[in-house]
Amino acid sequence: MDQLWIDLAAVLAAASPLVIAAMGETLSERAGVINLSLDGTMLLAAMTGFAVALTTGNLLLGFAAAALVGAAVAAVLGLFSLTLGQSQTAVGFVLALLCTDLSSFLGAPFVRVPGPAVPFTPIPVLADVPVVGTLFFRHDPVIYASFLIIPATAYLLYGTRLGLIVRALGERPAAVYARGVDVTRWRYALLIAGGALVGIAGAAFSLDLKQGWSYRHTFGAGWIVLAIVIFGGWRPWRVALGCYLFAALEIVATRSQSALPNIPTQIVQVAPFVLMIFVLALVNLASSPAAMRRVATLPQIWQRPLLGAINRLRATAPAALGQPFERP
Amino acid sequence: MHIAVENLTKRFGPVCANDRLTVSFAAGQIHGVLGENGAGKSTLMKLLSGYIQPDEGRIVFNDAPRRLRGPGDALAAGVGMVQQEPLDIPAFTVLENLLCAAPPGVFRSRRAAQTALLELAGRLGFPVDPAARLDQLTIGQRQQVEIMRLLLCGAQVLILDEPTTGITAAQARALFAALRQIAAEGRTVLFVSHKLEEVAELCHTVTVLRNGHVVPPGQLPMPQPQEYLLSLMFGESGAAPPIYRPLPAIDAPPVWELRHVTARSGALHLVDLNHRFAAGRIIGLAGLDGSGQQVLLRLLAGQQAPDHGQVLVNGRDLTGAGSIAFRQAGVEYLPADRLHDGMIGALSLADHFALLQRNGLLVDRRRAEELARQAIAEYQIKATPVTPIASLSGGNQQRAMLALIPSTARGILAEQPTRGLDVASARAIWSRLQARRDDGCCIIFSSPDLDEIMEYSDEVIVCFAGRIGPPIPRALLSASRLAELIGGVGFDALVDVVR
Amino acid sequence: MRTDRLKLAANLTRPLLALVAAFALTTLALLSTGVSPLEAYRLVLFGAFSTPVRLSDMIMLAAPLLLCAVGLSITFAGGLYNLGVEGQMIAGAIAAMVPLRLWPDWPPLLLWLLAGLSGAAGGALWALLIGALRRYANVSEIFAGLGMNFLASGLALYMVLGPWRRQTSASLSGTDLLPRDLWLPTIDRLRLAPAAPVIALLALAIVWWALTKTRWGLEVRAVGLNPAAAGRLGVAAFRRMAETLAACGALAGIAGMLQVVAVHHALIPNISSGIGLLGLLVALLARADPRWLLPIAVAFASFTVGSIQLPLTLGIDSAIAGVLQGALVLFALVARARVR
Repeated sequence: MDQLWIDLAAVLAAASPLVIAAMGETLSERAGVINLSLDGTMLLAAMTGFAVALTTGNLLLGFAAAALVGAAVAAVLGLFSLTLGQSQTAVGFVLALLCTDLSSFLGAPFVRVPGPAVPFTPIPVLADVPVVGTLFFRHDPVIYASFLIIPATAYLLYGTRLGLIVRALGERPAAVYARGVDVTRWRYALLIAGGALVGIAGAAFSLDLKQGWSYRHTFGAGWIVLAIVIFGGWRPWRVALGCYLFAALEIVATRSQSALPNIPTQIVQVAPFVLMIFVLALVNLASSPAAMRRVATLPQIWQRPLLGAINRLRATAPAALGQPFERP
Repeated sequence: MHIAVENLTKRFGPVCANDRLTVSFAAGQIHGVLGENGAGKSTLMKLLSGYIQPDEGRIVFNDAPRRLRGPGDALAAGVGMVQQEPLDIPAFTVLENLLCAAPPGVFRSRRAAQTALLELAGRLGFPVDPAARLDQLTIGQRQQVEIMRLLLCGAQVLILDEPTTGITAAQARALFAALRQIAAEGRTVLFVSHKLEEVAELCHTVTVLRNGHVVPPGQLPMPQPQEYLLSLMFGESGAAPPIYRPLPAIDAPPVWELRHVTARSGALHLVDLNHRFAAGRIIGLAGLDGSGQQVLLRLLAGQQAPDHGQVLVNGRDLTGAGSIAFRQAGVEYLPADRLHDGMIGALSLADHFALLQRNGLLVDRRRAEELARQAIAEYQIKATPVTPIASLSGGNQQRAMLALIPSTARGILAEQPTRGLDVASARAIWSRLQARRDDGCCIIFSSPDLDEIMEYSDEVIVCFAGRIGPPIPRALLSASRLAELIGGVGFDALVDVVR
Repeated sequence: MRTDRLKLAANLTRPLLALVAAFALTTLALLSTGVSPLEAYRLVLFGAFSTPVRLSDMIMLAAPLLLCAVGLSITFAGGLYNLGVEGQMIAGAIAAMVPLRLWPDWPPLLLWLLAGLSGAAGGALWALLIGALRRYANVSEIFAGLGMNFLASGLALYMVLGPWRRQTSASLSGTDLLPRDLWLPTIDRLRLAPAAPVIALLALAIVWWALTKTRWGLEVRAVGLNPAAAGRLGVAAFRRMAETLAACGALAGIAGMLQVVAVHHALIPNISSGIGLLGLLVALLARADPRWLLPIAVAFASFTVGSIQLPLTLGIDSAIAGVLQGALVLFALVARARVR
């Protein structure tokens, strides 16, 4: 039984960079901007964070540098898409590839160099509480931060006036403009804040979860996060759940290795992403008009729970996601 | 608050939408702003509420000139505008929408906002549920929410742009009562309309706009003789009285026939529709936004398959065949949003004619350009065959869309065919559609503008809450009766009488 | 007249500025490593043309790259971001292996033809799955494509380590090499198989003709610009979308087949080696205008081949080619922005 809690704690730890990046992406997509550069941004930030922490010997500086890189890439995306009106998808994709290659090029001297890492810091007293202590209080600061950022994002979006503006930016920017808010400036702010979080997530790889730096160090985590944000329906708790499910799947996949020696590791590693897209497709299929019509023909007793479940699972994108805003 | 404009001028390209307007609106009154479509009413209101900036002249609030850089500036200065489709956030609840980007210090807490909202709602007689989502409300209810939001955010001047379009008769009565209350509390109300009766019923003063000018200069006190106001709005000639035409007897097979059709769209449920739409007439679909007109048009265009029942086109059963089969059977669909779903902005008229070619591996460009040239001459489109459609004016785009209808079309479905057009363009479009009708087409159109429906329909079908009424000959219908019917007053009796 | 001249000047300066900006960014990256940028540029820009061997390598990279970019210019014209091109290439390579492994004794010419057909079919099928996901399950083609990429690379790994593993022992370095007579014939002592560039150029010509001259091409462009309006005018919009995906997938599949029979002579896990994504950059830069595809594909291929010498000669990473390619596309996007 104890092993189960330790495994679950490992899942929580393994998901920490995903959670931080996913919250960043949720913020900017809620404000209506898709940051498709995530994968490249995380790599470049991971490399920079590691390099800075290694050369200065200061972990905090490493994280700050990573955040700065993430914010800077987001600002470039903002400049090209929000100000200069280019497609967010195209610019984001090009930035993803460009940053990936930049990280490989600039990071070459740091490949497999041993470097600093965030220290393990169990929280006194709390760490000794059975189960809860194992799950939540025997980690390091980055993982604690990943725990805190979920309720923080949820509170920001659903509990504050600021959150109302953020959500309205993604739903109907014209309405926010009519209320006297500068849509473009606010979208920049959220895009950059989200980018900084993505940068920190990158450093969470290189300074914590997968300490060190190597070529394409994060193994496509950015693309995974983009899919998880859709999977989570742009709602922080669900997005976080998606991250944990993904991490759990990966750990189960690695563990099952010994049970199924015929299947190579690498195949198992691609499974979670494919599974995620598959589930997303199933959910969307279930909530399509055709399926709804089918549900409507079922007996009443079945309809209500079924519709309830579908509505719960259904993920509606912010109405203005990815669309440029023009002053009316 | 007292507001005034002095020599206010706004040009859009060569068109002078507002030409040196000078007029002032006193506090504590309801001011009508009257004028036909394209007279410059909307431009003036957008200038006053900061959505656009004047080329010349100035705006004066309480004797102090103001420069408005955006609607936020205007609201901070105390001017709020209610758009025809309220600028709210559909995914939000009423309360969230109220709190979103509210001026600092107005609401100290959610609870305070809710109390203030309910108190104001009680005073104005608007029923409101703060926890309801806006996308579940009707346009009329959203309009009420928007009015209350603007007042709570400190608006001293309320501008309403054609507010009775798309709301029920009961909602219009409630709105008028509330506006009187708002004015009685010392605020200024600007009521923009092209409907004389409403202005006569509600307003203390009236300002008439024609071709970007105020005629005669300055405000007029109400009441004024109706004929006088009409002559001001339309010039000396006045509006031509509509000509009624006896309907031809139905001998040809109907263009469309619906047999026991059931369909749904969102919450809307259309049950057991049995209709025959005959050739050679124009049928107007009247009803509030989302009462079933769109679903009916989609069914007739083949864009939506019925859940049950059959759809026949020219006597052929095309149930579930898809819009392309409907098109091949002679059904043409003209959407309201011309550039969004009507035509391809980046392509030219010649390209569009080339797209209509159905044979051959290669594009016959010479033939396409020839057809485009013919269409340009015949429909008086201001363009060359190779001009991108997006750079044409709205009226020319609509003409181009009409020109693209093949001569073999038997049924034309038009969603708001004159949306956003000036009067002259609208008349030109209608004369084209009437010519098509005389050639034997059946034309079904929807419009939120009851005047347009009354003027151009041979028969009117009223849609109310997903129920589709029987066709009523235009001659048997009055404007006030139609307005009642779309609000549901007497709708049941109408359906029963025909049965 | 004056405005015309100004417009012309703007039309010329913008791309020039983009070029300068891209090289400035790349130079900055080079300077940070302490090597001489000039020396590095000499290798990256001209290294591919320095020896016949390198030139032939460049052509063998440019051929599949051009095939992918040509395919992608179809999907771009149809308004789709086909990020799944990488997976389509892998699927094509796997499908091409099937006849080669089943009937190795058949005449090579017939086998190559079969491999080409099967590769095209495999790529097209992989692409159609994306279309199905988009149409029926409302998954955007971007994420459907990414998912299919992961799935394809998983499948390739499985084949290499599973059913098609080496006779000696399973190895990540790939399957057993194909029999020599199944290798696409090359020019003496070079790795250049002339058939590859010929196929790519043929594909370019056919697609250019199809997109600009045929009714099908016009309909595809109409769907790409505005699917709703195209549908209203009688174009079978979804069908055209599916066809563009299938066409792109087929071309990527043929590229995958070429990787098998002309370059690696085996199935390796990384058979696509990023060529598909690089093809996306080429297509983005060419703005789906087929005339630009060839020069850009050749330039990008020469950067990649030229940069391979960097680690040995100058001790810096070869990824600088990717930086230059990405920066060029990024700044070209800006150069196209309409100033408002």
